[in-house]
Amino acid sequence: MLEVQNIWKTYEGRPLLCGVSFTVAAGETICLLGASGSGKSTLLRIITGLEQAEQGVIRWDGQPMEAIPVHRRNFGLMFQEYALFPHRSVAENVAFGLRMKNLPRAQVESRVRQALDRVHLLAFAARPVTALSGGEQQRVALARAIAPEPRLLMFDEPLGALDRALKAQLADELRSLLHQLGIPAIYVTHDQEEAFTLADRLIMLHDGQVGQEGSPQSVYQSPASMWVARFLGLNNFLSGALLTEQPLCAQTALGVFRGNWANAAHPPVAVGSPLTLLLRPRGLGVDAVDNQISGVVEDCIFQGESFRVALRAADGSLFIFAMPQAQPVGQPLTFSISADDVQFFQKE
Amino acid sequence: MGKTLFQNMRRGVAMPFLWALPLLFLAVFFFYPLIAIFRLAVTAFLEQGLGADTLHEVLQPLEFTFWQAALSTLLTMAVGLPAAYVFGRYRFRGKNALRVITTLPFILPTVVVAASFNALLGPRGGLNLVLMNLFHLADPPVQILNSLAAILLVHVFYNTTIVIRTVGGAWEQMDPRLEQAARVLGASPARALWEVTLPLLRPSLLAAALLVFLFDFTSFGVILLLGGPRFATLEVDIYIQATQMLNLPLAGLLSAVQMTCTLGITLIAAAVSGKGLTPLAPRVQGEGVQPVRGWRSRVAVGAVVALLILLLVTPLAALVVRSVTRLDANRGERGQVQTGLTLEYYQELFINRRQSIFYVPPIIAARNSLIYAGATVMISLSLGFLTAHLLNRRSRMARLFDPLLMLPLGASAVTLGLGFVLVFNRPPFNAIGFPFLIPIVHSLVALPFVVRILQPALASIPISLRQAARVLGASSWQVWREVDFPIVSRAALVAAVFSFTISLGEFGATSFLARPEYPTLPIAIYRFLSQPGALNYGQALAMASVLLAICAISIWVLERVQWDTLSS
Amino acid sequence: MKKVFGFLFVILGVIVLSACSAAVSSATATVSAPSAAVMPTSAVTATAASVQSGSPATLTVMTHDSFAASTGVIQQFEQQNNVKLQFVPSGDAGAALNRAILSKDAPLADVFYGVDNTFLSRALSGGIYEPYASPALADIPAEFKLDAQNFALPVDYGDVCINYDKAYFTQKNLPVPQSLEDLTKPVYKGLLVVENPATSSPGTAFLLATVAHFGEQGYLEYWKALRQNDVVVVNDWETAYYTNFAGSSGQGAQPMVISYSSSPAAEVALAKTPPKEAPTASIVAPDTCFRQVEFVGILKGTKNRALAEKFVDFMLSKSFQEDMPLQMFVYPVNKNAKVPDVFTQNAQVPTQPAHLDYQSIEKNRDAWLKAWNDAVIK
Repeated sequence: MLEVQNIWKTYEGRPLLCGVSFTVAAGETICLLGASGSGKSTLLRIITGLEQAEQGVIRWDGQPMEAIPVHRRNFGLMFQEYALFPHRSVAENVAFGLRMKNLPRAQVESRVRQALDRVHLLAFAARPVTALSGGEQQRVALARAIAPEPRLLMFDEPLGALDRALKAQLADELRSLLHQLGIPAIYVTHDQEEAFTLADRLIMLHDGQVGQEGSPQSVYQSPASMWVARFLGLNNFLSGALLTEQPLCAQTALGVFRGNWANAAHPPVAVGSPLTLLLRPRGLGVDAVDNQISGVVEDCIFQGESFRVALRAADGSLFIFAMPQAQPVGQPLTFSISADDVQFFQKE
Repeated sequence: MGKTLFQNMRRGVAMPFLWALPLLFLAVFFFYPLIAIFRLAVTAFLEQGLGADTLHEVLQPLEFTFWQAALSTLLTMAVGLPAAYVFGRYRFRGKNALRVITTLPFILPTVVVAASFNALLGPRGGLNLVLMNLFHLADPPVQILNSLAAILLVHVFYNTTIVIRTVGGAWEQMDPRLEQAARVLGASPARALWEVTLPLLRPSLLAAALLVFLFDFTSFGVILLLGGPRFATLEVDIYIQATQMLNLPLAGLLSAVQMTCTLGITLIAAAVSGKGLTPLAPRVQGEGVQPVRGWRSRVAVGAVVALLILLLVTPLAALVVRSVTRLDANRGERGQVQTGLTLEYYQELFINRRQSIFYVPPIIAARNSLIYAGATVMISLSLGFLTAHLLNRRSRMARLFDPLLMLPLGASAVTLGLGFVLVFNRPPFNAIGFPFLIPIVHSLVALPFVVRILQPALASIPISLRQAARVLGASSWQVWREVDFPIVSRAALVAAVFSFTISLGEFGATSFLARPEYPTLPIAIYRFLSQPGALNYGQALAMASVLLAICAISIWVLERVQWDTLSS
Repeated sequence: MKKVFGFLFVILGVIVLSACSAAVSSATATVSAPSAAVMPTSAVTATAASVQSGSPATLTVMTHDSFAASTGVIQQFEQQNNVKLQFVPSGDAGAALNRAILSKDAPLADVFYGVDNTFLSRALSGGIYEPYASPALADIPAEFKLDAQNFALPVDYGDVCINYDKAYFTQKNLPVPQSLEDLTKPVYKGLLVVENPATSSPGTAFLLATVAHFGEQGYLEYWKALRQNDVVVVNDWETAYYTNFAGSSGQGAQPMVISYSSSPAAEVALAKTPPKEAPTASIVAPDTCFRQVEFVGILKGTKNRALAEKFVDFMLSKSFQEDMPLQMFVYPVNKNAKVPDVFTQNAQVPTQPAHLDYQSIEKNRDAWLKAWNDAVIK
């Protein structure tokens, strides 16, 4: 349905977007995940028509959007910090898009009610938006965005300013709402949890390009680059060199590790070439001989289902693992990591 | 002096005293002299009784006054709003220079403006000469002087800057996302403007319209010099009654009517502005200001800039050009007019050819003007901040005080001047001997501006910000310095520019209060124009050009200081 | 932020300093110093011997805005009498008179100069003056001494006359009008600009001339005829002279304007390179001009009566009277005072100006102005 093709944009002389392409299919929710300043918001603004790309095309059902002004695109956008109209009440905010379609009054009213009902704010209709809490404002913004039934919904970090519990709750609500509505959506965030909750497909934006694309699970399981891994919160990195290819082993300062290539389609690597190893934080046993890691437990934090254990290795580097049991702080600890949880990256 | 004031603020004991300052200022320097004049008028009426014609004499100018002020305000808004949009939303080369130049008309004495409009549009003005040459006409085709059109044109010339500065400033500060949200929701650009932008700009729109209206409502020189004898506003009638007919009671009555109308207009504006201001979190400075891209923006910006140049810059340019053009024909050999450029009018400014005791070197006049203007900025800004705070508290006191504050804009300079004479006749407040009365009177006129500009800016600061500062241990003074002032510094600059220019250009009250040793630039200009001779005329225009230059430089410096602070 | 405060404090400092210096300079010098260089120093040294010891007293003189005088002449008076003169220009003639009347109970000045015969009655009935029979009155012809009780003493006179652009009439080969009646002739259609009598003193004077000539019954008919002949009315002398009048540097469209009989002399005297001949001249035919006489008086309640008398004597004396023409472009009333050459060569004095007595002016001014406004403007 939506086709974003080779978008280029510079900001104050620096390249911001360098040939970004992706598509959004019917009923699909895409999450654009990237660090702040990575051009995610700008990309949304280009899709809505609020900004012009220097190069590239946006198509909807094959039709180029360039000549169509913002207000005729029938896309919905929920702004960061919501951009609610402060001079209008909750209901008037929600009614705005419907009025712009020149719908009859009765229909506007019923659809405003419907939209407010969906976000559980029916009782707030007559209130001024300035009197609402952050979460309530977010729902009003959502209701305002969905009320005109746009053919595409876009969200620009809509939960950014909210507290964690509320964030999780609203993300869940949003997920079910998007499924109910069946409207394709693009959701911009830098928060992986939100992204995992909402996305049918993740698009990782890095250095103005699509760094990786895929289902949340596949991206998390096999990050295509160290950047993606790091962005997803995977930080146990270890330098080493390729020892053997069959089986795939690497020599590191902490011993020999067996593992898998993170990117199966990697270019050929000679034995002895430098590598970076990612040790995924879960899945450990104490029985295997290789893939052993030892160190001193520096910290152990209760996390509900598991414990977050910080391990200081012999070479001084710090690793974080999730463990089912608490480990005594200050005590040495040795355990082994399944080869499935060790991923090899070429040195970048 | 300042220190104890701040110390008092820190203790918080003196707060009521501080709020009382603006009140006291108005009471002493405004209401006291005016009431004295009104008492005189009432006593006279009680003795003589009202004439049968009195009602007619009041109603007739009143109708015209309203009519021309309404028309002028509409036209000024029509020109000023697009300009405010362009200034508030675009970044383009020469923008700062253009903003400075559009402020300049505000300071020009009407005599000079009349002269420069004559040079452009008069029967022998540039436009007519060109048209007559082009089409071989015997008579000048453009006959605009001494007409309502001339009045409206010059009112637009004078007051557009009010709209540009107040509305343009607010526009620049407004979150562009609100408008964008409307666009994404399906609003065309026009509809987004109408449904979102303009309603959000309403406070500053109303403030600008009110100020423009009041300025037009009390218009004097423009009506007298460019409208001609067929038109008389209340203010013109007050002048005629007070200084030509010596009918003070009628002048007093007309002043009272004018003040009542001012009060009424202000109250209506307050009622219309209704619920008050929506606190909007202040945005990143200049976030919504875009470079000019795309043909639509180019056309919009180009058209507005061209219009401003045509309406505001050309008359100024004509004035400057005239001041360096040899005007007089070689006497006795008329017909062979010596044309060409000359600096002799400027040179003559420095020569006391007639050894007059009232000769003033231009540098001294400029110094006097700058001192008065500087003092006016200090007085009106310090009182303005206090008043704006007071008004934002929305107490009953504030509601009472708000409309009273606008009254000085509606007071006739003649009446106030006579009131000063009546009341301040003993040292130290001697109408003749106390030079500070001039900046004080200028501050009276500037204060409504300053408050109207500062108040929305202060109100837009979310209270949480101030509370945060208090929690972090800041005293009220520190809160003001660290939170309020930086956030409203932009507005404070605009306010400073206005009070500065009001003071530089003010003539009416100054002529009443200035001592001959300390004339201001406008007074020096009038002195030249009040006598015949080509040299005098040229010198007046040269002096007016000097006034323009000084004003332009001062505003530029003021704005530069501001930019330095912002960028550091 | 600091920079802004620094800037504000610099401004504050400048103001405080200048206020101090202003206070100092006002106490020591009322006559502006820069012009001292060009004044004749011999006069000062000659009179220095007669200076009395002690700090000088201050005499305050309220004037209209058109008052002017030479530095040398004023300093001479100051040195001879050990006095500092402080002049207070107080607006145009009407505004200044208003000021004097309003401050009657606590006078702002000792002497008030600038009431003319059109306002004289009001000034006298306002009771602002103390009478003073100056010995200098002996040198002044009776025709100027309108106030027999000497509350107000004549200082100067000037005639409001029609000025015309000589070149225009020569080039068009048009005869210059020789009477008020001539102005209604079709050949002069649209050639005259007059000032609104309600807002301009020469305008008032010309209206009074027509009242004097045609009488209260006839003047409105005359004005209606002028209106038929496309007389141009503007509000102020500046616009009339500089914008509409063809003979001034504004080079306007009307070759005739209501101005002063001295204006042609001013055109010569105030030019940088004086032309051989004035570009303009006045029509001085009988009844076409109106004479304005200006008066000085000692303000009631002055604490400097002796000095005030001296100053009034001084204004009527030859030295001041001879200084006036080139400063204010008026004629001296002192019969011994010589008029400068530029006046005798370029300005004509009407022998038979229109006359109205000042009491009837005061009594009827309002009614005449209103009737005029209805007839000419509406």
